[in-house]
Amino acid sequence: MTSNKRRVFLKGTLAAGTVGVAVGAGLLAPSKLLAAWPEEAFKARGFEDTLQAALGTTDMPEGDIEISAPEIAENGMVVPVTVETGMSDVSEMALFVVENGSPLTSKYVLGAGAVPMFATRIKMGQSSDVVAAVKSGDTWYSATREVKVTIGGCGG
Amino acid sequence: MSTIRVRAQESDGIVTVRALMTHPMETGTSKDAAGNLIPPHHIDVVTADVGDTNVMTAYWGVTISRNPFFQFQFEGSKGDTLKLAWTDNQGGSDSVEATIG
Repeated sequence: MTSNKRRVFLKGTLAAGTVGVAVGAGLLAPSKLLAAWPEEAFKARGFEDTLQAALGTTDMPEGDIEISAPEIAENGMVVPVTVETGMSDVSEMALFVVENGSPLTSKYVLGAGAVPMFATRIKMGQSSDVVAAVKSGDTWYSATREVKVTIGGCGG
Repeated sequence: MSTIRVRAQESDGIVTVRALMTHPMETGTSKDAAGNLIPPHHIDVVTADVGDTNVMTAYWGVTISRNPFFQFQFEGSKGDTLKLAWTDNQGGSDSVEATIG
């Protein structure tokens, strides 16, 4: 019993120590320490204002980013989108639908060893440019792809 | 039953995660049968952790489709345990653990 407790205690101490050092060095980001949901960015209206709120800039050079999405989406409620990039040192990614009332669909913070890609399904109210943003180093880069929507999908 | 179905497959050191979550993802602009607005109800944060290490965090708005699909990749090993968790804007949450195969 005593030795078990001691073992658990030692394990806990070691683990906490390692994590603490890693967090201090910026290597690790435990979920509970991550930033809260960026409300302002999701509530922003209009593409430029949303970019500013979500990324802190509207000036994004074109990057080596591939957006896979249908050319024509029959159903705007469910539009599959995949974003991939060959760029290095990627820490964050985001996906916007320019013509949506709230253009920011989602934002991704890459953790340890994450490959800079994601795939999800989004709602599009109407035909629109879809913009993917990728933060490589200290700079946000972007790519744009037009998706035509037959039946809009933002409810109402 | 969990609201999350997840598969995590390792190949050449890269783990591919495919997850489906059961959630209405209400935009706040739809009306119910009685004509009342249905308040926004959506997953806002998804986290993926292996042990104490966060590998991916997603912040979602109302324009992610109903019953969200999420695929991502990270460097990892077969046999490790991936924990996937979501929270929503009404205080709901769920999580699931999957062994990387």
